[in-house]
Amino acid sequence: MKKSKLLMAAALGALVTASPANAEKTQLSALFMAQAAYSEQDIENMTEAFEKANPSVDVKMEFVPYEALHDKIVLSHNASEGYDVVLFDVIWPAEFAQYGLLTDVSDKINSATKEEILEGAWTTVEYGGKYYGMPWIVDTKYLFYNEKMLKEAGISKPPVTWSELTTQAQLIKDKGIVDYPLVWSWSQSEAVICDYATFLSAMGGEFLDADGKPVFQQGGGLKALEYMVDSIKLGLTNPNSREYSEEDVRRTFSSGQAAFAVNWTYMYNLANDPKESSVAGHVGIAPAPGAEGISTASAVNGSMGLGITSKSKHKELAWKYIQHLSSKPVQEDFAKLSLPVWKSSYENPEVTKGQEELLKAAKVGLAAMYPRPTKASYQEMSSALQVAIQEALLGSKEPAEALNEAADVAADLD
Amino acid sequence: MVRFTKATTAWLLLTPMMTIIIGVVGYPLIKTVYYSFTAAHLASPATTDRWVGFKNYIKALGNSKFLDSIENTAYFVSVSVSAEIIIGVLVALLLNQAFKGRTLLRALLILPLALPTVVNAMMWRLIYGPDFGALNALLTQVGLLAEYQSWLGDPDLALWMVAIADIWKNFPLVALITLAALQTISKDLIEAATLDGANTWQRFWTVVFPAIVAPVSVALVLRTIEAFKVFDIIYVMTRGGPANSTKTVSFHVYQEAFAYMRIGSGASYALIVVLISALLIATYLWLIKKQGNTT
Repeated sequence: MKKSKLLMAAALGALVTASPANAEKTQLSALFMAQAAYSEQDIENMTEAFEKANPSVDVKMEFVPYEALHDKIVLSHNASEGYDVVLFDVIWPAEFAQYGLLTDVSDKINSATKEEILEGAWTTVEYGGKYYGMPWIVDTKYLFYNEKMLKEAGISKPPVTWSELTTQAQLIKDKGIVDYPLVWSWSQSEAVICDYATFLSAMGGEFLDADGKPVFQQGGGLKALEYMVDSIKLGLTNPNSREYSEEDVRRTFSSGQAAFAVNWTYMYNLANDPKESSVAGHVGIAPAPGAEGISTASAVNGSMGLGITSKSKHKELAWKYIQHLSSKPVQEDFAKLSLPVWKSSYENPEVTKGQEELLKAAKVGLAAMYPRPTKASYQEMSSALQVAIQEALLGSKEPAEALNEAADVAADLD
Repeated sequence: MVRFTKATTAWLLLTPMMTIIIGVVGYPLIKTVYYSFTAAHLASPATTDRWVGFKNYIKALGNSKFLDSIENTAYFVSVSVSAEIIIGVLVALLLNQAFKGRTLLRALLILPLALPTVVNAMMWRLIYGPDFGALNALLTQVGLLAEYQSWLGDPDLALWMVAIADIWKNFPLVALITLAALQTISKDLIEAATLDGANTWQRFWTVVFPAIVAPVSVALVLRTIEAFKVFDIIYVMTRGGPANSTKTVSFHVYQEAFAYMRIGSGASYALIVVLISALLIATYLWLIKKQGNTT
């Protein structure tokens, strides 16, 4: 009894002393994702530095899985206490711009900044000639390989074409080095579209033609899905890939259960970290392969940007926070899980040190980044395509049949 | 002093509660019905609510994906609710017997119920894991399975696996309700039946069953409504995949309203779901009433 009274008093006391200090601070709320790229810890550290430099600001951070990010941004739009700063994916600006979810910050970005940041990164935040934020994560999918397994199979260098990957994987499987040499994130989610887009770009396909009509069901788009299906039929792809996300791919590869994996930048340093991986020190990275006679490498634009919501009450402060997070020094300090958007950072020895291989692959990969369609109804088109790809991967439909059905859905969208 | 009649007093006392109910239930419901006849968009519903009449409903009923999701839901409801009722009643019968450790087992029964659905879904996702999952380890070690299986990656299995996770979490509700009913049965009745030569089976059907049928029906109605709305467990475990094989109506409504931002047509889908639920409940209530009249 006495103890609980004391506790109550202490709690009340804490409340009284804490509230005046909080009242003076401006609350800024920001939405991030807890998946790939910067870790939660990284973002907390970056924010702490910002709060130290701006003692009057208190940033409330929220981390959600990638899959929940879009819906959170949309749903919070009509909330009275929404977010000020949101992380958004390269495929959303069209939709967000059309419905006025983000603040146009074109006048805040000067030409010098435009010059200093990678072109591919700018496409993330730009739509219809306007800028809706700052590029923050410049990312694409790379081909990771287990050097030890390749050596054991007598393979001297990683594949440069997708058919070469098939040959090498077959060799590794035949020698009994690993049951399933390939692992991918092919669950029913945006992740499978990123892999599909990588193949599609390598094989010279297109999602939409110049008039916005779907054309992924033919040519390179069809070949891309056929390649995916074949790799399962040949027993080269881990069949569980069909329920894997990027983190599952990382775990499988890091536990030595795959010779090759396609994943984002962040896996490079994590798979080479002995605390996170049993194959640390044997992880190689290369640009995703190309297709003979068509391309020499392939990549999907998986970049993300930071924007200010249109209903934010602290737009100036939010912009200050975004500028801090995307500033060159901060990005260079945290360049292990996500590479900077600044061109000159790639020459900085502080950044390149210890990850020369990654930067070598990035040079090719980032230049080859292929965009997914920019249209307001992208979400729905992507959903239809995800289901079509899964139906083909599960063998319930032929690739051509599945893609034709998705194309019919996509054709009806505006 | 002002004197009110009995009825006026009752209404006066009810007013605060009625206001709250109308505010939190009535208003959103009316708004949803209104939106279902418009082309409202989530980003700014107030400026986009163009009247479209029954267009949303006609489109919904012709949407094969929506009809598929209704089928999936019906499948999920029948599998999980029937299993929950059967297991729940059996467990209640067991826990109604006198044996050592009964109190502990009764207490343990609360655990799955107390677990938040999202935690339960995460837990079962781990158990079903294709590489490191406990289920695979268990089944291969006892020799029931030759090699590891992808439980949630197989479209023929996934809905069953999700249903099992739901059954595990919710059968205790049925068990608890049944157990409470079982305890109201007088021991004398059972004794009399035994003396009259009734065997276990006969005793169950003539003495026990009539006593528990009404409470179990209530549990059945509750579970059916809940199972029909299933969303969170699907969202966490499969997100409707693989190839939409676990996509339920609630997930479809969610996608339509929040991912594609069409709350107008999302509302019409939602109201169709409500209508189906209402029909199911009415059927149950009618059955219960019929049961009450005959016994």
